[in-house]
Amino acid sequence: MKRAFPVFGLLTLVLLSFALYEALIGAPTERTMGEVQRIFYYHVSSAWTAFLLFLTNFIASVVYLAKKNSKADAVAAVTAEVGVLFCSVVLVTGPLWARPVWGIWWTWDMRLTLTLVLWLIYVSYLVLRRFSTSSQTAVIAAALSIFGAVDVPLVYFSIWYFRTQHPSPVIGRGGSLDARMWHVLLINWAAFLCFAFLICWSRYRLERLRRDVEETQALEALLEPRGVR
Amino acid sequence: MSSLPTITKATLAKDLRLEWRSKDVINAMLFFALLVVVIFSFSFNPTAEESRQIAGGLVWVAFLFASVVALNQTWARELRNQVLDAFRVSPAPANALFLAKAIGNFLFVSALEALMTPLFIVFYALRALGPGWQLVPVGLLGTWALVVNGTFFAAMSIRTRSREIMLPLLLFPITIPALLAMVQATSAILTGEASAKFWIVLLAVYNLVFTTVSLLLFESVLHAE
Repeated sequence: MKRAFPVFGLLTLVLLSFALYEALIGAPTERTMGEVQRIFYYHVSSAWTAFLLFLTNFIASVVYLAKKNSKADAVAAVTAEVGVLFCSVVLVTGPLWARPVWGIWWTWDMRLTLTLVLWLIYVSYLVLRRFSTSSQTAVIAAALSIFGAVDVPLVYFSIWYFRTQHPSPVIGRGGSLDARMWHVLLINWAAFLCFAFLICWSRYRLERLRRDVEETQALEALLEPRGVR
Repeated sequence: MSSLPTITKATLAKDLRLEWRSKDVINAMLFFALLVVVIFSFSFNPTAEESRQIAGGLVWVAFLFASVVALNQTWARELRNQVLDAFRVSPAPANALFLAKAIGNFLFVSALEALMTPLFIVFYALRALGPGWQLVPVGLLGTWALVVNGTFFAAMSIRTRSREIMLPLLLFPITIPALLAMVQATSAILTGEASAKFWIVLLAVYNLVFTTVSLLLFESVLHAE
């Protein structure tokens, strides 16, 4: 088990380098947008990774409320943190691409707004965790996570009715993404997933360790007779 | 063991009586909302024709900020003298407490809105060009949307450090779809340019969903140790 972490880390490094090479050199240049389109591989991979992490956070929160398992709570805490990180990457790379292509940094379009609101919800989740007093953190954080997850479809519908402008038809229905580009995108996504998993893993070990230390300290404080030291 | 409606009614009656005697919350809220209205009217030209376009946003933002004042006080009273702990060990259903608090806040915020709306109409020279009666369901559903989540999050934020700051940080992101719906519906009715139907339905769904979630989760949050 101790070996697994560095080995996986090395694998991730190799995969990330290969994905970077593919995105910058391997993939064909887009006809109208030019080189700036290459940010797409990072943007979309980060977005999918972030959404997957938020989904994991929701599932872990439900598991925690049902079973009161402290491991599930640690998973929820970790995935929210790393999810916010990847979501921030999405929100930064988006405008970098939009400025030369659309001519504007930001627009209040459906997907942009949805991602921003999602980011806001999970930042508030992290703030709650940070500010909460120790013993009840897990329960109220899990409750907030469920509120956030339930909110997502409502945000979706409200903004869908509000406005729609994002260049949607690239993936999915009526998609015209080049096969080679698809290939590069999937490699990048795989690399990002491994990277996210690696951070989560390391962060999870840290979180468990921190809890163990806290528990031991609390126990020691109880066992130690008063006034000895 | 008494039933849920009895305890809800008893708790609600107690809160209303306390509020009737002290008038702490409603006075603070009213003055706060008044300040917001006046400051807004300095920030925008309130009599211009465009003010009708943004009035829906102004009204609801003022109500949202003012309702945070009321929501922050929801549980403060119960913390003194360990009333909340007493409730926790009693066999009374937790949801009775939640419903009583939510209904109480609903009444306070509705009273505030009833008092502030004429002021908005006067200051901003408002007149509904669309079907004005639709403002009533928008107002009722919108207010419930604010207080149901607000009451729940207030119960969460009393477990944190600097709890007064915590509530808006939790409430505002989740409330975004409801706020969008209230503002768009009000603007649609005031300008008469679009139908508010979709937004009213969205508000109703929002209320249904979050009332259910709150009732399902409140017990575990109240008893969290």
